[in-house]
Amino acid sequence: MKPTQIQTTADDHRIAKLAAFAIALHMVEAVIPSPLPGVKPGIANIVTLYVLYQYGFKTAAWVSILRVFASSLLLGQFLSPTFLLSLSGAVLSLAVLWMGMRLPKKWFSPISLSILAAFAHIAGQLIIVRLWLIPHAGVSYLIPMFAVAALFFGLINGIVTNKLLKK
Amino acid sequence: MLNSQRFRKLLAQPERLTKELLLGDWLVVLASVLFILLLFKTLWSNEHAAKVQIRLGDKIYATYSLNQQRDVHVHGPIGSATISISQGKVRFSKSPCHNQYCVHQGWLTRAGQAAICLPNQISLELLGETKPYDSLNY
Repeated sequence: MKPTQIQTTADDHRIAKLAAFAIALHMVEAVIPSPLPGVKPGIANIVTLYVLYQYGFKTAAWVSILRVFASSLLLGQFLSPTFLLSLSGAVLSLAVLWMGMRLPKKWFSPISLSILAAFAHIAGQLIIVRLWLIPHAGVSYLIPMFAVAALFFGLINGIVTNKLLKK
Repeated sequence: MLNSQRFRKLLAQPERLTKELLLGDWLVVLASVLFILLLFKTLWSNEHAAKVQIRLGDKIYATYSLNQQRDVHVHGPIGSATISISQGKVRFSKSPCHNQYCVHQGWLTRAGQAAICLPNQISLELLGETKPYDSLNY
């Protein structure tokens, strides 16, 4: 029997390369200690945003979702709560990016999208925390701190992405 | 990749950094700051609590005024817990759970604060005169 050959396109190769890059950033971030549990700079999102502008939404979605799955496998968190938090954050921020793409480019740079995506990211995670992990109002105490982190890191990541895109 | 030297230069000159942001970006930043302030205001209320709501499993077990001195005994799935109410504050004073997180949390005084004992499925939530927020997901 003839072995079946999986046909890959140039698109697939590009997605694989970009996802690998995002995974590498995710790994780097995983070893950096965080002052507040759950607060991470999310530097892998720079890749997602960059890809969104260079190659469009479909590629960005692939890169982002592949990054979540592959990183969780590498860190041994696949299907754990951490994985689910990561996935829900990524999905919600992709949804926001999808809407944000439609904002007029004349006034809104990638920095806006980065901030909005960062807020969506923590919102996605908090929904899982609230619904499943800690079904109690006690979590709401941490929300303002998470929001501050989202604005700060969203802004920084956005500026970095902006610089990269202008190159 | 990003030239780190150029980026450092950029951070050292705030006026160049501000040029990066377009009008819409400033609006997004402004809206975010306002949103965060609103979050702080609603979720970090300094209002003193008036009542404590005790939950057992997914049901509300009882609601007590904090303006009294009493111990409440609640029987959860793994045993009996003691909740002490004392003039405007409340705490878990005894719990059959293994880790004792709920007891170590100590006295709660402000509206919106909560203590949870997951093993025994008992939780306390402090309520103000008016509940400042109704939890997003209820």
